[in-house]
Amino acid sequence: MDRVPILRLGDCLLVTVQVDMHDQLAMTLQDDLTNKIVATKARGVLIDISALEMVDSFIGRMLGNIAAMSRILDAQTVVVGMQPAVAITLVELGLSLPGIRTALNVDAGLALLRSVLDRSDEGAHVD
Amino acid sequence: MNRLASRLPALIEQHQQEILTDWVKMQLESGAWRGGRLQESQLREECQRFLSLLANNIQKGQQFDTRSSQWSDVREFLTELSRSRATQGFSPSQVATFVFSLKQPIFTRLRDSLMKEPTMLADSMWEATVLLDALGLYTTEVYQQARESVIARQQEELIELSTPVVELWPGILALPLIGTLDSERTQVVMETLLQRLVATGSSIAVIDITGVPTVDTLVAQHLLKTVSAAQLMGADCIISGIRPQIAQTIVHLGIDLSAVATKASLSDAFALALKRRGLGVTAAARG
Repeated sequence: MDRVPILRLGDCLLVTVQVDMHDQLAMTLQDDLTNKIVATKARGVLIDISALEMVDSFIGRMLGNIAAMSRILDAQTVVVGMQPAVAITLVELGLSLPGIRTALNVDAGLALLRSVLDRSDEGAHVD
Repeated sequence: MNRLASRLPALIEQHQQEILTDWVKMQLESGAWRGGRLQESQLREECQRFLSLLANNIQKGQQFDTRSSQWSDVREFLTELSRSRATQGFSPSQVATFVFSLKQPIFTRLRDSLMKEPTMLADSMWEATVLLDALGLYTTEVYQQARESVIARQQEELIELSTPVVELWPGILALPLIGTLDSERTQVVMETLLQRLVATGSSIAVIDITGVPTVDTLVAQHLLKTVSAAQLMGADCIISGIRPQIAQTIVHLGIDLSAVATKASLSDAFALALKRRGLGVTAAARG
């Protein structure tokens, strides 16, 4: 069975979805990712879905779930590279993915993640 | 009536040249031929081609049904003719007259040669009428189709023209909307905006609705959808150009725009966009 590769990038994890997500693959990814966050003590997760051309409500909800789980494990999630067609579909499905940060590409996503992490670090110092 | 029983075939073959001369002359005299738009030589050539195709088909004693495949060469010729005249600005009746005006020369010949046989004359005239009417109506049909395709193309062009996405600054896009927003247009607007966001890597889009005459719940919903889609892709939207009446309407309708930054004018929105990107405008030092 194929898996979605999860790459480590400093204290962040880079998930690149290269194939069309089917439900089982999404469940596996959820498992793998939570394990990997705990194992590597990652602070941020970048999910690159630029190769994803089709989404359904299940995948939309999965993205939301992954973000919520990562947050509980103290990692910030940024979804990057969403295709216009995918964005339109999600909006038409009524899924605006509240609570998920988004960025246009991996570069912008990494910068966003960096600034969010820096801010939360400063917050920790103040406490 | 499947086959031509009358004398029409023989007659057209015998008098083809005379019919042609009469026909061209009549068209030149009538209003169907508009000086300047069409050269006389061109008209003569077209008439000659049509008449020879027609004579050819009638000669073979082919089926009388002009919709059958045997008449396809005549139909092709007429299609081309109607199309070109439709784009040149001829009216439908002028185009149909091209075929209908052939009746008189043919009828004259029929009368001259069949003066002693009234039954045959009537039959032949009837057949010629049916044939030419069918062909004439066919030109009108094609003319209409040609016009409709022109209208459809213009409609598409209008939709494309009405949704320009402009780059105000590297990373800041503006989408000036003009005219009423319906579902179809919103779809196009949304797609163009999102595609341009990807293409330019912009993170902020200003949607200017100064040119949108009315905002109802549907338009507002379309706008909010566009904004959410852009947000999903990682870009922020600012809505600008909200006129006082529209602000009142939005509140009266109970539309919640609190999720989106709104500004009264495009320049305010641009200033906000620059600020979000960490940029600013300062007066140049006088020197």
